[in-house]
Amino acid sequence: MKICITSQGDSLDSQVDSRFGRCQYFIIADTESSEFEAIENSNVSGMGGVGVQSGQFMAERAVRAVLTGNVGPNAFRVLQTAGINVITGVSGVVKTAIERYNKGELKPIQDPSVDSKFGMPGMGKT
Amino acid sequence: MIISVASGKGGTGKTTVATNLALSVPNAQILDCDVEEPNSHIFIKPEIKSKEYVFIPVPKVNEAKCDGCGKCQEVCAYNAIAVVNKKVLIFPELCHGCGSCSYFCPQHAIKEVNKEIGFVETGKKRDLLFTQGKLNIGEAMSPPVIKAVKKHINSAQVNIIDAPPGTSCPVITAIKKSDFCILVTEPTPFGLNDLILAVEVLRKLSISFGVVINRSDLGDRKTDDYCRKENIAVLMKIPFKKEIASAYSKGIPAVEQFPEYKQRFKDLFNLINEK
Repeated sequence: MKICITSQGDSLDSQVDSRFGRCQYFIIADTESSEFEAIENSNVSGMGGVGVQSGQFMAERAVRAVLTGNVGPNAFRVLQTAGINVITGVSGVVKTAIERYNKGELKPIQDPSVDSKFGMPGMGKT
Repeated sequence: MIISVASGKGGTGKTTVATNLALSVPNAQILDCDVEEPNSHIFIKPEIKSKEYVFIPVPKVNEAKCDGCGKCQEVCAYNAIAVVNKKVLIFPELCHGCGSCSYFCPQHAIKEVNKEIGFVETGKKRDLLFTQGKLNIGEAMSPPVIKAVKKHINSAQVNIIDAPPGTSCPVITAIKKSDFCILVTEPTPFGLNDLILAVEVLRKLSISFGVVINRSDLGDRKTDDYCRKENIAVLMKIPFKKEIASAYSKGIPAVEQFPEYKQRFKDLFNLINEK
């Protein structure tokens, strides 16, 4: 099963990026084989609608869950329609996040965790 | 004639300059294009005579016709559409109303419907004509409302545009096609920093401009030095005076409280007219 972790770097030792739409990298990992792919996020400095765009990308890559810090309302609507589980509040090392997900420690949320524009430069990051 | 009043930095005194200028020259109209928070009306106190609503076209999908091909998502330059599981999701607040989605839809399944985003009001205070736009709360796209305000420009009059702060799309929309732009600044590091950005915008747009320094006796000399170095005319200086601030806080324009300012703003207009 494929899941996506938003990451600040391109390896499993990188830190989880707390932003979804504007994360540095999407790490798409296979939970069974422990193989992964790091994809640089071209939406990092997009003008607007990056949550929608990043959500669309997740749907295209057919991931089953997204592990990240926060998700805004637009991205959440796309992910939810695509049937992708959204898990927020994830931090620390990517590898550990995957392990925790595999152990069933991380639970999906039912509502967006932050408002629009949260991931814009200069806005409150957590 | 169109004179716009812009600033770069917010809170430097655009509305002070725009309203006092409008009240000092004959045959004038003031157009408040700061549609996110128009406040010229506080000083002009016009009698509002008409109100028209502003709409932008946003897409609506006929689900019976849509086959979920994703072309609309692909052509949308503003990320206002997602297509997942063959279902089209539309985000109207991101839509710029460009119409690409309906134009390119192979199934002709997208129709554009009007969405109200704000309104324009017109009115009068004695001989001064007044127009203002107001963007609805929660809307992000102010340029269509600004354009609707600017439709009321009358070439037989002196049109004074109170522009929004900053240097982005709303400002460009407001000041475009002006014959002259007054940049209001204050002699502080922030004021100067944003003045420099605004000057770059005006040079790019090839609009003649000059500077008014508000609260001119505060801060430092760097704004004067910059204008001299860049060969930019300083058209007027307004001192930091408690009486002006006090009148402002009560919604009284300086020209009404201090008659000598009427002449000063007339002089400012004449200076611009000569340029």
